[in-house]
Amino acid sequence: MTRGMKRLSIPYIVWMAIFVVAPIFIVLIYAVTSSSGAFTAANFSNMLSYSGVFARSMWLAFIATVICLVIGYPAAYILSRLGPGAQKICMMLVILPMWINSLLRTYAWMSILENTGLLNRFFRAIGLLDLLGIEFVPMINTPGAVVLGMVYDFLPFMILPIYSVLVKMDYTLVEAAEDLGATPAKVFTKVTLPLSVSGVVSGVTMVFVPAISTFVISRLLGGGSDMLLGDLIEMQFLGTAYNPHLGSAISIVMMVIVVICMSLMNRFGDGEEGAIPL
Amino acid sequence: MAKELIRLSHVSMAFDGEVVLDDMNIYFNDKEFLTLLGPSGCGKTTTLRIVGGFLTPTSGDVFFDGVRINDVPPSKRQVNTVFQRYALFPHLNVYENVAFGLRLQRPKISEKETAARVGEMLETVSLRGFEHRTVTSLSGGQQQRVAIARALVMRPKVLLLDEPLGALDMRLRKDMQQELKRIQQQMEITFIYVTHDQEEALAMSDTVVVMNAGKIQQIGSPEDIYNEPKNAFVADFIGESNIVDGIMRADEVVEIFGRKFRCVDKGFAPDEEVDVVIRPEDVDIVPPEKGLLIGTVTSVTFKGMHYDIIVDFYGFKWLIETTDFCPVGERIGIDIVPEGFHIMKKSIYSGMFGDYSSYSEEYDEISDAEYVEEAANDGEVPE
Ligand SMILES: Nc1ncnc2c1ncn2[C@@H]1O[C@H](COP(=O)(O)OP(=O)(O)OP(=O)(O)O)[C@@H](O)[C@H]1O
Ligand SMILES: [Mg+2]
Repeated sequence: MTRGMKRLSIPYIVWMAIFVVAPIFIVLIYAVTSSSGAFTAANFSNMLSYSGVFARSMWLAFIATVICLVIGYPAAYILSRLGPGAQKICMMLVILPMWINSLLRTYAWMSILENTGLLNRFFRAIGLLDLLGIEFVPMINTPGAVVLGMVYDFLPFMILPIYSVLVKMDYTLVEAAEDLGATPAKVFTKVTLPLSVSGVVSGVTMVFVPAISTFVISRLLGGGSDMLLGDLIEMQFLGTAYNPHLGSAISIVMMVIVVICMSLMNRFGDGEEGAIPL
Repeated sequence: MAKELIRLSHVSMAFDGEVVLDDMNIYFNDKEFLTLLGPSGCGKTTTLRIVGGFLTPTSGDVFFDGVRINDVPPSKRQVNTVFQRYALFPHLNVYENVAFGLRLQRPKISEKETAARVGEMLETVSLRGFEHRTVTSLSGGQQQRVAIARALVMRPKVLLLDEPLGALDMRLRKDMQQELKRIQQQMEITFIYVTHDQEEALAMSDTVVVMNAGKIQQIGSPEDIYNEPKNAFVADFIGESNIVDGIMRADEVVEIFGRKFRCVDKGFAPDEEVDVVIRPEDVDIVPPEKGLLIGTVTSVTFKGMHYDIIVDFYGFKWLIETTDFCPVGERIGIDIVPEGFHIMKKSIYSGMFGDYSSYSEEYDEISDAEYVEEAANDGEVPE
């Protein structure tokens, strides 16, 4: 790299220092001090009482990620095999929802899933509710609604990286495998899938990380009763339980968990392009 | 003697209505090294893909050992392919790439036999010791060998090779040409080889199939193709050629540039217009006074073994190969033995390779001036 090129990167480095490294540092300091400013480990030991929230967050994020993968991989695969025209249109359809504010989209789900929402009114109209003898099908404020919200919000982040790996894949590799006697199923398991692992790793990362830290989705669709990590942290800074020191400590632990999960994931996509380097 | 293995019968192929192969009829013999040769876009790869099973012809039939195999998928054909850009599996090492096909076979092949066959194949392509290398760390020539080993380990009856040496440098190309020929003879299988390099085709093949624009132009041994090209296209594509308009005045007498020459071809209609092909190496340079034709040297290129000189005859430029140095601007005469003239019927290719017809009026004038006496003395054949 020439000196001129290096100089060009200075604004970025300054930006990173001010807005990424410094905040993490501040969070770290908050996490190991008490409100009086004295050094303490109490923030971390206090966290034990919230282990249920940790477990629930990881579990829901995990389920949402698995569902995204199950839907997203076939979708990406089919997309990558379409003609160029159809591919463009379908790509638009995948990306389009991302142009709308996610808060808005989540509100939309609220009005669909509510006890008097669109779906329940539909069920009533077709006589399903009378048949079952119930007032409404409970959907909102359940873990299921939270997972649904996560899957809906983050699915494009699963589809896009897998799609981009599959589209770039040399099709003659598939033909070579067929030539050597592979059935379509074998072509998939022995060639296509191994070669798209890097896309899967990226997709899983890009779904799991926002899913584990979301608070909008769990607040609006989960009703705040089953708290998730995002809600817990938000509460410490803005809510009733104001305690930025505990909030910082929780953030740090969450970060560590995410980094560990991701580095485990990255083992699979070892050295493949497209994987998110950590 | 040779047994027919594959036959393409009236095979046509069209993409979106655009005809790419036009009524191909060809058979491939067992244990034969056959080359499909032709310019870019003439349909070589398409032909190969039809034999490999990756394309189904729009019309016509493909037979293997007498059985129609139009609808047999590539995985079930006793044919394997070496792809143009190798198509090695980047996530597998050399050993696993070569073992790929064996592992898919049912009934299962034991790990011991797999190892033995892979080892033997790597031996054949001189890649012993490379088993655990990643394929991306290999040089082009080595990747090429892996691709060949991967196909040959399946013990196919036919190996299809699509410009396998296209990405290699000159030296490596020459080495690999010999290597491939050796492997083909050692394994005793049919090679169907695609190239647009005529030298490569002539050097390696038992049979050469010259194609152009989706049609077969000529099928024959390398010697036949070179010495007896069937039409102006083949003559021009195989080696360098001077192609001029001529008229057959009688059996073994052809007229070009208004002069009559003795040749060895016969069987043409009297005064039939023909294409006359003269190879650059068949032209002898003689002093102007002894020449059958007299021209002016317009350029000289040193080629190592010989000089390529361009000589202007009455406005039409010929390429001549000579070991004698002739400076630019020198007037020289040429002599051509009767065997040096290759006479062929006028075809649609006439005039495709240099617009000699535009010179003809000009030369008519000159020849009228210079050869008035000869023209008057009709019927004379220069010796
Ligand atoms: N899948 C396809 N769809 C449309 N046209 C095609 C397709 N495959 C080949 N063609 C056309 O068919 C013609 C012959 O192609 P082919 O690949 O057989 O040529 P080739 O002789 O192998 O040329 P090259 O030496 O450049 O590889 C070309 O005009 C090409 O554009
Ligand atoms: Mg080709």
